[in-house]
Formats: sequence, C-alpha cells, structure tokens
Amino acid sequence: MAEGLKRSAILLGFLGVVAALSVSSPAFLTPTNLLNIVRQSSIHGIMAVGMTLVILTSGIDLSVGSALALTGVLAASLEHRGWPVPLVVAAALLIGSLLGLANGLVITKGRVPPFVVTLGTMSIFRGAAHLFTGAQPISGFSPAFRSLGAGTVLRIPVPIILFVLSVVAAAALLRRTRWGRYLYAVGGNLQAARLSGIPVERCTTTAYVLCGLTAAAGAVVLTARLGAAESIAGTGYELDVIASVVIGGTSLAGGRGGVWGTLLGALLIGTINNGMNLLQIPAYFQLVVKGAIIIAAVLLDRLRIAADS
Amino acid sequence: MKRCGTRWKTAALLLTAALAIPGCRPAPPEHKEIVIGLTVPSLSHPFFVCIKKHIEDEARKLGVKVLATDAEDVAAKQMAIVEDFIAQGVDGVVMAPIGAEVLVPAVESLNRAGIPVATVDRKVAGGDVLVHVGADNVEGGRIAVRYIVEKLGGKGAVIELEGTPGASPAVDRKTGFEEVLAASQVRLLASQTAEFYRAKGQSVMENLLQVHHDFQALYAANDEMVLGALEALAARGVPPGQVVTVGYDVIPDAARAIEEGRLTASIEQFPGQQARKALGLLVAQIRDGKPPPAKEIYLTPLAIDKHNLDKAEVKD
Repeated sequence: MAEGLKRSAILLGFLGVVAALSVSSPAFLTPTNLLNIVRQSSIHGIMAVGMTLVILTSGIDLSVGSALALTGVLAASLEHRGWPVPLVVAAALLIGSLLGLANGLVITKGRVPPFVVTLGTMSIFRGAAHLFTGAQPISGFSPAFRSLGAGTVLRIPVPIILFVLSVVAAAALLRRTRWGRYLYAVGGNLQAARLSGIPVERCTTTAYVLCGLTAAAGAVVLTARLGAAESIAGTGYELDVIASVVIGGTSLAGGRGGVWGTLLGALLIGTINNGMNLLQIPAYFQLVVKGAIIIAAVLLDRLRIAADS
Repeated sequence: MKRCGTRWKTAALLLTAALAIPGCRPAPPEHKEIVIGLTVPSLSHPFFVCIKKHIEDEARKLGVKVLATDAEDVAAKQMAIVEDFIAQGVDGVVMAPIGAEVLVPAVESLNRAGIPVATVDRKVAGGDVLVHVGADNVEGGRIAVRYIVEKLGGKGAVIELEGTPGASPAVDRKTGFEEVLAASQVRLLASQTAEFYRAKGQSVMENLLQVHHDFQALYAANDEMVLGALEALAARGVPPGQVVTVGYDVIPDAARAIEEGRLTASIEQFPGQQARKALGLLVAQIRDGKPPPAKEIYLTPLAIDKHNLDKAEVKD
C-alpha cells in the first residue's frame, strides 16, 4: 500500500483540495459531510476497482455505465417479483459477471481491441436496458433491499462498507495471488508474459469478468440508494470511473498502479463534486474545473515519476 | 486492394437494396392512405415515448399511417431519417428536432420535395414549417415560481436544481424561473445543476443540505431531479410536505409522488396534446388543404398538484 502511494502524487493533491475546501467552506470539514462524500464516491469507487484490474492489463471497459443500467433494471424487476434480497444480489452479480465475460471473450478470442468491443457493448447493454423497461423507471422496493444503499451498519453507511471491502478484496487479489502477479505481467509486457507461459487470455478475461461484477455491485447500491432503477442510469459514468483510476496513478498503458490509488482517485472526484456544490460554483464553470483537475492530477503524477527515475 | 474490393461490394449491395425497396412496398390502396413520418430525438426518453404513443393513437382516430424511427439523439441520424422519409414518399412529417440549427437542412429538403412538416416541442430556426406546436419552457419556469411564491405566502428561500448545462429546456426553464423570482420577495438560496438525472439530483441535494437548512421551497427543472432530491430530504429526516417541492413534466413517478403527498407539484406542458394537435393540423392540410390557424401554437403549461391531478396527461 505504502509503495503504491509513494509513487503517486495523488495523496498530496487530495490533501491540497481538502485543505482548500476546509478553508473556503465551514460546512466542508464536518463529520456528516465527510461521510456524505465517501458515500457519494462509493458507487463510482466500487466500479473503479474493477476498472483498475482491466486497465492494469492495458485494456479499457467503456461499457460499465450501460452494464450498471442493465443489471440495475434486471435486479429491480426480480426484486419486484418478490425474490429474497440475497438472491436478487446474487443474480445481479452473476448477470454483471456474464456481461464482463462477454466483453472478455470477444476481446481475447476474437482479438478485437477492448476500446472497440466495449464501445459496442456500451450501446448493446444500454439498448437492452431500454428494451427491457420501455424506458420507464422501476421504483418501489422493500426496506430490506433499500438498506443496501440507504442503510447503515454501526452508523457507517452500507455503500461505504461495500466500497472498502471491494478495495481490500482487489488489493489482496493483486498482491497475494498468482493471478494478481500475472495481471501486472500481462499489462507490463504482453509478449514476455505469453512467452513465459502465463495464461494471458484467461487472466485478461477474468479482469473483465470482475469489472462486470463491480458494475453490477454499483448497480445494486445505486438502485437501493435511489429507490429507483432506470435504463438511463449510469450514463457517462465510464468517464468518472476511468478518471478515478487514472487520477489514482494507474497507467493507461497497463502494468503499473493499484487499487489503493483508485480509492483516493474516487474520493478526490467525489470531494470535488461536493466542494463545487458547497461553494456554489456555476454549472458551466464546473465542467471546466473538473476537466482541469483530471489533467492536473495526471500531469503531477508524470512529473513525480520523471523525478524518481 | 482487398479493402477496396470489399468497399465496392458493400456499395453494390446497398445499391441493390435501395433499388429493391420500392418493389417491396405494397401496392397503394384505392383511396391512397395518408402516411406520416414521425421523428423525435430519442425513443429511450419517456417524454418522447409519450409523444409517440399519443401520435399513434391520434393517427388511428384520423385514419392515417405513422412511420416512427429513433434518432438516438444524433442530429445527423435525424437528418438521414428525414431523407429516408422523402425517399419513401411520405405525405407529411411530424418532427421534434434535436437541434434548432442543425435540422434546418432537413426542413429545406422537405420543402423542396413539397412535403409539409409540423414541429412539436422544439422549433427549427429556418426553412418553411407548416405549424409549430410547443410549450413555452420560459413560461413554465415562471409558472413554477408563481406557484411557489403563492404557496410560501410571498416570502422565504428557495433552492433550484438546473438541467444539463447549455440544453435549451434547461436554459429556458431557468430563465423564466429566475426572472419572476427576482421580482418577488422569495430569495434564491442556491442554484446548482443536476443535469436532469435522478441520481445526480439526490447527491447534489445531499451536498446542498450540508450548507443550507433554512429554505422553504425546492424547484427542479425536471421530475427526475426532484424525485432524487426528495430521497435526500427524506434521508435527512425532513417530513414530507414541510418543504414546497416543485418538479417539471409530471412523469408517472411524479404523479404518484404528488398523490402520496411526497411531492407538492409539477409543471405539465401537455406533450401528448402538443403532438395530437400538430398531427391534426398537418393531416387537415394534406387531406382538405386547410391551413393551420397560426404558424406557432403554444399550449400554456399548468402547475399540477393534488387538487388538479386529474388535469395531468396520463403518460404510461
């Protein structure tokens, strides 16, 4: 963990933003607001954990926002049919994994670039979600289901717990399993990985399956939190999710980075969104600020790496 | 070379298909059935799905046939759809244009082909349109604020949630709202965008609630955002009805929320009636040569609350 953070300037940037906001808004540095920020970052954050694995293979998954919409509306309809909550969640995670598997198989077996495949499935999953719902929202869920997004355990909101659990699980997978080490090898040097006998295709496909799984987890949390599933949900989420990963110091070229940086990246994006609302930054200006911060974070990281080597 | 060959093959295929299409069409009946092309920005948006349903229903009553295609929110696609309508020889076109400027060439093509066109909801900036039937979004914003001012007894503070930055309904609704608000005793406490999304409405409202506690009204430029914001208020323990909440569009979820007393009101701009009126005037022109009474017809938006919920259009 320390290794990952040392290499990344993200922590510095994050603390800088926090300090600036604490000075400019008295409402910022309060326990309820901090909890509020982490809770709001959870959905992008959970999805960004899966995205980190994909980006480590030097791939990309543009379909996560659409996968969220599709698994969200399917899970919502199962809940409406009276399925028990654990079964609804299991079904959603299974569906998400299958969507990821489809991405992974076309990418590895069909040898089609991930950008193209997931650009295609981004449209297919979205279309399927619209077809399934007729573009009408599905709302009204049992309190048990709602608690997955709106509930708390020991006063900590459930989305935050799920976010932290997914980061810890992914970090363990990356550091403590052979698959995790393979993943870095695949993204670092594909040819070398293949020659040294690493099952490159299976490793890569697994990363997309887990990315689909986290998109589904994001869908469950979002649907439960909002109390509604919509086929337009998650539109544009891929951008915030990819930004979280990249700001967190994972290289788009693959092979370098990790999920702890992603955790900070997701929190930084959440903090900026929150801060802009607190400071009442006008809408048009918000777009400019957000883009500038993404570029600045990555530039800072680049400078840091250049200085290290 | 190989690519070049494939390209020719594709071109030949397309040409064959294009030549085959007229042959596929059924022979025209004795009394030629009137065919109307309908194109709306996106059939994945409930608002336009509603327009399509009303058009199809009205078409059945009028005894005309409707062809509808999804433009998937891409202006070039809508342009191509209109060109296809011309090639298919439709008798008239009902269009909700994606953009005011970009669809002008499409209207001009229709003009050259002598096909009358009516626009609903949004206008085009040029060409010759038989009639535009729409709702005035600026007026809708004014109606929302007048409703709020009346409910608050003339004074208090309001929070505003804006739509997608730069989108014309967002800009217009905000303009009308803030214009009338400025002339009243009600104060605008905060105004932030939630981009017309429900999830954004929830998180932006959660953030605003960190700073603002003393407000009596909430206005959102669409129902999706206000429904998200209601979740944020409920999670904060604000009892329903304590804050005057006003949305826009009266979507089914919002109508339910009004009925249950969770949402105070929503602005109805009658998309169904707009669509029916446009189709009726278009068919009257085609069938009987009867021109519309005016070039532009605006339906007045109406604030719907639990006292006049029956006046809202059924949208699902």
